[in-house]
Amino acid sequence: MKKVIKQAFVATLPVMAGYIVLGFGFGIILRASGFGILLAVAMSTFIYAGSMQYVAIDLLTGGASLITTALTTLMVNARHLFYGVSMLEKYKGVGKRKGYLIFGLTDETYSLVCSDTIGLEGKELKDYYLLVTLLDHSYWIFGSALGAIAGSLISFNTTGIDFALTALFITVFVEQWLSTKKHFSALIGVGASVLCLLIFGKDSFLIPTMLVIALLLCLYKEKKKEKEGKQND
Amino acid sequence: MTENTYIWLSVAIIALLTAALRFLPFALFGNGRKTPKIIEKLSSMLPYAIMGMLVVYCLKDTSFSSLGGFLPAFIASAVVVLLHVWKRNTLLSIISGTVCYMLLVQLVFV
Repeated sequence: MKKVIKQAFVATLPVMAGYIVLGFGFGIILRASGFGILLAVAMSTFIYAGSMQYVAIDLLTGGASLITTALTTLMVNARHLFYGVSMLEKYKGVGKRKGYLIFGLTDETYSLVCSDTIGLEGKELKDYYLLVTLLDHSYWIFGSALGAIAGSLISFNTTGIDFALTALFITVFVEQWLSTKKHFSALIGVGASVLCLLIFGKDSFLIPTMLVIALLLCLYKEKKKEKEGKQND
Repeated sequence: MTENTYIWLSVAIIALLTAALRFLPFALFGNGRKTPKIIEKLSSMLPYAIMGMLVVYCLKDTSFSSLGGFLPAFIASAVVVLLHVWKRNTLLSIISGTVCYMLLVQLVFV
């Protein structure tokens, strides 16, 4: 058990750094927008989705309708569907842990549990998944609480700190770009978004963008299949 | 609806839908059923497109009517990209880009 704890802790160190900083930023912005520590902790505990929580501050301060909030959540978090799809096999037979493992499947936790774990199997591996998920979750809650507390104590000018989220997405985007030679999907994502932003305006372009992306990615598949089909003939 | 009810109701909706999205694949394909090909295909391609969309979403308030409307975001984004290609250190890229942006909007393009 000691070995598993150590391995899980070491694996989560980069996430610890990232989550405490991003959680801290979230807490500060939430506080600066006039909300309390309780809301910061509750959101980080029960929503536990970094990007969505940042977007949620925007929605709450802007007085977005509940329907807009619901649709935005589905759009921004739709990618989690796909993390789930790729964890179906690994999370088979994890027993009672399963519910929490699925709840805590964030981008960063996903990046840790989907990679190969050397030297762990059976119960140890299941405990490893649980510990990684639990540790990441606690870093996030801790960071948010700290940010919300600090936001009320210190009074430095936080204008522009929300760029941390933009920076996070750009970093992940660049990381993904460098890790593959196929850039079709990434280009579709940026292209469709810019196009829909120009056509539909900044308040309502997310939904058309998602539809265009899904459609083009499906078409891309068929096109490729046709080619393969022709080659087979 | 009071302001408090509105806030907590919004948070509850976000929490429930986020969890629903995370649980749905396991509910649909969890019991040994085979994952449809199209889902597998989308699952491998969508993350790249979504990240591109989120970047554009974050930069949606950029305006080209004044230098201050786009230069801070443009410069800070370039810093993040270049630094990340160079060092591949996520935390370094995020902190440097954010500090750069904050300095630009607070001190240079006021």
